[in-house]
Amino acid sequence: MKTLKLRTLFLPFALLCCLLIVTPAYAMHISEGILPFNWALVWFIVAVPFVAIGLRKVKVMASKDLSTKPLIGLMAALVFVISCMPIPVPTAGTCSHPCGTGIAAILVGPFVSVVIAGVALLIQALFLAHGGLSTWGANVVSMGVVGSFAGFLTFRGLRLMRMNLVIAGFAAGLLADWATYLATSVELASGISGNAPFLPLFWKILIAFIPTQLPLGVLEGAITAGMINLLYKKRPDLLVKMHVIKAEEVSA
Amino acid sequence: MNWGLGSVKKSLFIGIIALVFLMSYQHPASSADKWSGVDESVVEKYAKENGREARKPLINTDQGDLLLFVFLLAGTLGGFAAGYSWRMLVSEKEVKSFKPKRG
Repeated sequence: MKTLKLRTLFLPFALLCCLLIVTPAYAMHISEGILPFNWALVWFIVAVPFVAIGLRKVKVMASKDLSTKPLIGLMAALVFVISCMPIPVPTAGTCSHPCGTGIAAILVGPFVSVVIAGVALLIQALFLAHGGLSTWGANVVSMGVVGSFAGFLTFRGLRLMRMNLVIAGFAAGLLADWATYLATSVELASGISGNAPFLPLFWKILIAFIPTQLPLGVLEGAITAGMINLLYKKRPDLLVKMHVIKAEEVSA
Repeated sequence: MNWGLGSVKKSLFIGIIALVFLMSYQHPASSADKWSGVDESVVEKYAKENGREARKPLINTDQGDLLLFVFLLAGTLGGFAAGYSWRMLVSEKEVKSFKPKRG
């Protein structure tokens, strides 16, 4: 029982330790006012249907099975904490953060993951001077939509190819992170290029992200794989319920 | 030497990580811009070059140590919510499943 208590206290304690060393927001979200109004509106229009479908899915999930609520709660807290935690990358001399949407999409589905990202981004924009209200749509599309679907599709694709759970999780986290920054580069280049050609600026921004995001993607992959492995050991029934693994894999 | 599939996978994994870190190497930033976020070093830099600048947020908490305080508060609440949800997911289930059966 004592060991159990120690184990259960470890995660919040570890998270708290990480957050106690947090410094002000150094991250990748597109800041307030960076995108012109028309582009900000475009990304809002793209984001809203995903958020609406996601909200409906949350409602359906919660009404069908109350036990999914703690999982959604855990993912929401994890995405919020991870996506505002600057991590220094010594090889680049800069800071950035993982997104957490890959793991959320695998466990609760990509649409619910979009809602989680949307809520996290809204709180960060309102109170943490992180991202922006006018750029909320663009940030939801890059981190929420692109990150979640990239992670989810990678994971499902690799699992269909009978890839090991941990490797599939690692690849999903890695690609979710890199896809997010790819999408941010598209949004930024399209928004600020004006009359200049899009592609040269897009490549310039993408290449500038690489020194920081390449290693951070690996870290995000490791977090995703570790989380899936942990849940597989602790709650394999939950992974079966969320269609992450098949029931036969647990008994095997 | 017997190289099993496991050790090949491990070596491959370590190799990929080492490659990624080597590929991402660039000269460390100067002390002035050291550890700046990619929002400053990439997003805002390129936006500024193209005539767009970041505006102050609606609720500007980026004033002195106020931002540190809100980050600490947000982190504490986020950490508590994550820990609470984790406990509900894992420990209660463990306690239930380890309950000795009677009879």
